[in-house]
Amino acid sequence: MQSRAMAMAAILELLTDQPVIICNGFPSREVQKIADRPTHFYMIGSMGSAAAIGLGVALSKPKKQVVIFDGDGNVLMGMGTLATVGALKPKNFIHVVFDNEVYGTTGNQPTISNVVQLEKVAKAAGYANVERVREREDLVYEFKDMLKKDGPSMLLVKVNEMVEDAGRVALDPPDITKRFMKAIQ
Amino acid sequence: MIESDAFVQALQDIGVDFFTGVPDSILGGIIAELMERRIYVPAVREDEAVAMAAGAYMAGRVPAVLMQNSGLGTSLNTLISLNYIYQQPCILIVSWRGQGGKDAPEHLVMGEVMPQFLDTMKIPHRTLTEKTAVEDLKWLAETFMKQRVPVALVITKGVVKGLHP
Repeated sequence: MQSRAMAMAAILELLTDQPVIICNGFPSREVQKIADRPTHFYMIGSMGSAAAIGLGVALSKPKKQVVIFDGDGNVLMGMGTLATVGALKPKNFIHVVFDNEVYGTTGNQPTISNVVQLEKVAKAAGYANVERVREREDLVYEFKDMLKKDGPSMLLVKVNEMVEDAGRVALDPPDITKRFMKAIQ
Repeated sequence: MIESDAFVQALQDIGVDFFTGVPDSILGGIIAELMERRIYVPAVREDEAVAMAAGAYMAGRVPAVLMQNSGLGTSLNTLISLNYIYQQPCILIVSWRGQGGKDAPEHLVMGEVMPQFLDTMKIPHRTLTEKTAVEDLKWLAETFMKQRVPVALVITKGVVKGLHP
């Protein structure tokens, strides 16, 4: 199984100027290290909110494809948002969930995503496309496919617990807001 | 009593162009009007609504979130660790359930402490009255623009027309 950082790097290579909302904890730190772009919104608190923030962007900018980098713990915490997305059906909404089955930032306590298949919850809630992948080739193939399709889509990527040596998000929160707003105008 | 359509129009006139929230009976007339105008995005929890508003703000909108005051408790962490620290303003239209101790038991504690609760959360707030409505809305828009934080307009029972007269 690949690490989350490797999986994120593979997807970031396929993106250019799409808005990307990255959930709190190690995912934001890792993305900042792999490729820091002004179109990235790094969440540092408000766990569980990444998809809702992305939904607000997607509804307000229907011509831009919005990508959310989420984690299993985050999705479980804000699971109601799967229903809101499924009901509103934004076509420009791509939800990538890096599922390592643990709360990695706080010491690898287990989540319950080993039992609850989050992409199936998303499907039942009304997402148009859902896929579960493990290997890098499948990840690249399915993500490219989702970029071409009308959403909402969820790509669940099984990853291992490895964490990249990455520092805290360097920008101050108000600067992240300003930079992101300017980049997605 | 302020008519629901006049209240919604006043919000649109100060620039609000993204409406989300979770219903409350006091806000029923306002939400019905927003739905009739097809500009209401229903959320399933208040913290979700607040996060959606943050996304909408960053995408160039002026968002408003409708909720009953119990929703302030639900959305506390999002209001602080997202909207507040990232300087992502939103307008909170909050109904004051439990005001004066006259409501169902679940509303009484929040009804009593809400003003102090908003103060503690550093959320500027004002209670709408029919007499001061024009100034209240002006204050709302100015505080949103100047302070770049969530700002609350509190709605008490009977000030804006509900679903049932």
